[in-house]
Amino acid sequence: MTTATSTPARSAPPAGAVPTSMAQAINRALRDSMAEDDTVHVLGEDVGALGGVFRVTDGLTAEFGEERCTDTPLAEAGILGTAAGMAMYGLRPVVEMQFDAFAYPAFEQLVSHVARMRNRTRGSLPMPLTIRIPYGGGIGGVEHHSDSSEAYYMATPGLHVVTPATVADAYGMLRSAIASDDPVLFLEPKRLYWTKETLDLAAPPEAEPLGRAVVRRPGTAATLITYGPSLPVCLEAAEAARDEGWELEVLDLRTLVPFDDETICAAVRRTGRAVVVHEATGFAGPGAEIAARVTERCFHHLRAPVLRVTGFDIPYPPPMLEKHHLPSVDRVLDAVARLQWESEYTEGGVS
Amino acid sequence: MTVLEQTPGRDESGARPTPPTAGWRPRTDPAPLLPDETPFRLLGTGARLDKRRKELWRELYRGLVHGRRYNRQATALTRQGRLAVYPSSTGQEGCEVAAALALAEQDWLFPSYRDTLAVVARGVDPVEALTLLRGDWHTGYDPRATRVAPLSTPLATQLPHAVGLAHAARLRGDDVVALAMVGDGGTSEGDFHEALNFAAVWQAPVVFLVQNNGFAISVPLAKQTAAPSIAHKAVGYGVAGRLVDGNDAPAVHQVLGEAVARARAGAGPTLVEALTYRIEAHTNADDATRYRSEEEVAPWLAHDPVALLEAELRQRRLLTDTEAEQIAHEAETMAADLRARMNTDPVLDPEELFAHVYAEPTPQLREQAVLLRGELAADADADAHAEPEPTGGVARETRRAPGSDDHPGDRRQDHQERAA
Repeated sequence: MTTATSTPARSAPPAGAVPTSMAQAINRALRDSMAEDDTVHVLGEDVGALGGVFRVTDGLTAEFGEERCTDTPLAEAGILGTAAGMAMYGLRPVVEMQFDAFAYPAFEQLVSHVARMRNRTRGSLPMPLTIRIPYGGGIGGVEHHSDSSEAYYMATPGLHVVTPATVADAYGMLRSAIASDDPVLFLEPKRLYWTKETLDLAAPPEAEPLGRAVVRRPGTAATLITYGPSLPVCLEAAEAARDEGWELEVLDLRTLVPFDDETICAAVRRTGRAVVVHEATGFAGPGAEIAARVTERCFHHLRAPVLRVTGFDIPYPPPMLEKHHLPSVDRVLDAVARLQWESEYTEGGVS
Repeated sequence: MTVLEQTPGRDESGARPTPPTAGWRPRTDPAPLLPDETPFRLLGTGARLDKRRKELWRELYRGLVHGRRYNRQATALTRQGRLAVYPSSTGQEGCEVAAALALAEQDWLFPSYRDTLAVVARGVDPVEALTLLRGDWHTGYDPRATRVAPLSTPLATQLPHAVGLAHAARLRGDDVVALAMVGDGGTSEGDFHEALNFAAVWQAPVVFLVQNNGFAISVPLAKQTAAPSIAHKAVGYGVAGRLVDGNDAPAVHQVLGEAVARARAGAGPTLVEALTYRIEAHTNADDATRYRSEEEVAPWLAHDPVALLEAELRQRRLLTDTEAEQIAHEAETMAADLRARMNTDPVLDPEELFAHVYAEPTPQLREQAVLLRGELAADADADAHAEPEPTGGVARETRRAPGSDDHPGDRRQDHQERAA
């Protein structure tokens, strides 16, 4: 299982801080949002007595009652469709989709209604709802339990698409997502659910504004652009690259829509080289958009083409083969090695 | 593991223990949920009318005459190029008007794309109700202010919304019922199933009105479902099913009124199947002669909701010639007003394209708005200098896409400021 790899945003943990998992932080964000605002309702399959298959909604029904944290019939289109109706009435539903690939039945409600209700009604019916989806692989899940579906959602105007990679962000970004007056796809990297950071849950971090990427590790040689489950891989790769003489910068996108062009381009202009790393398939994947945007905006600063390290263009593999599919430290380092370093020497330049 | 999968054991004496399924009974009695054998009717039954119902029938008649005229006018507007398309509800006015009148002020209506008439009968401005079909925006009226959800083109997808809204209102302790409209074709969609199931499990104050008009574009009901009737489908969800003659407007109003009252009293959802017929083609772009005969349409033309109600009102001496003329005259005035307003070009603001995508436009949308603004300015400039078509110069310079420039200097600085 993945261990803690990144530091929380706040450097000095306050007294009372204890090791906290990402799942616990999300649970706490739900509780705090529900306590603060009685229009926040949690809906989903098994979110009640069981506390969700990942225990993320543990205790919410006991604390707030079945009307605030509701076990629904097993039907994702129905869950999201009724949540849209609740949002039309002014509530703030937080929907849990049990697994990434189980969210597909809700796709029509998402694309045809949730994403565009504000637009088609000229703002009369905003959709202040949050859709939480555990996503990605690396947990040994069998078929239909490990998809990275973010490109579908990114291609749907009207949605915010966010994905935390740290425990503190999981809390702070979920608080912001629930408070948002727009629909937010909140993608939870399920293999990081048990990642721990030291957090004081009695005085939890503030809501983290959506829409901003952060530099997780400073570096000068090249920028690794990543998010969610691939952040620990990139941080590990950056550590290993130091042995090769490369100081790699690691950028955590956190929000995929709206895209933080400003922070990403500033980073790439500093280093002149970039590799995008994600689990989702590469063809027409998030990395394609990122590489295009970086190239359009930073062309004269680039010393090599923007490369991508992604999942292969295959249906998500069976668990015993998934390690060959997922971006690995070696694959990231191989990509870094292909960033045309030789031109530095022929041109006499220094990185 | 379900109860039925449990393997019954044997006790030491070798006798079979009582299987856990032995005492099984249905969880609820299905009999009260079953629809009547025949569609409910009021016209021609000699039903006694008190003063209030007499007034209601006259109000329904007025709505039907206006509705018929509205349908005719809207169809004419498609021929004049003023509407992109119009799915007419001619022949279904009884359902459309009764649905709108069955609701109280605070209730919500969830229409499908063929239900413009119900939207208008609910009180929405007749031109705003046509915005979707005119094409100057998607929803022209304010759903929150009118308590009418957007006309839904994706079939049956509005039904879960109605359930969710009704459920939310009940959770908040508000007296609100949602009435959702769908066609026979829409009952094949998964969202129909999920909406009925959620409504029943939550006992949401919602009423589903299925207008069974015989066709989903060209496909007849026989190819849509093998159910005894659409109303019978209710039973499988634990929902009450009702069957009504959809061209008998007072009957539709009564059945819907009872269902709304039931929902309001906390007795849960109802599925109403109204038997009616789509007299016109699917839309003005459709050709109904390819899939049905005149012989099939004829009996439905004779069973016309407007004519049926008018005949009965006259027979009961509830409608005089003068009153009928007066109502027809009002309808003509409404149509003339609609015509006049639809014959003026709508005011379009292309920059509004970016206004309602998010609560606040994203940096990317702000950039794209700048691009469009440049194009619009160039077009305006070209119009001002009318003569030859501009092919470059100012227009080209203005049309440089923001964000595509990485040349050092001012332009990039501009872009960064815009994106910030």
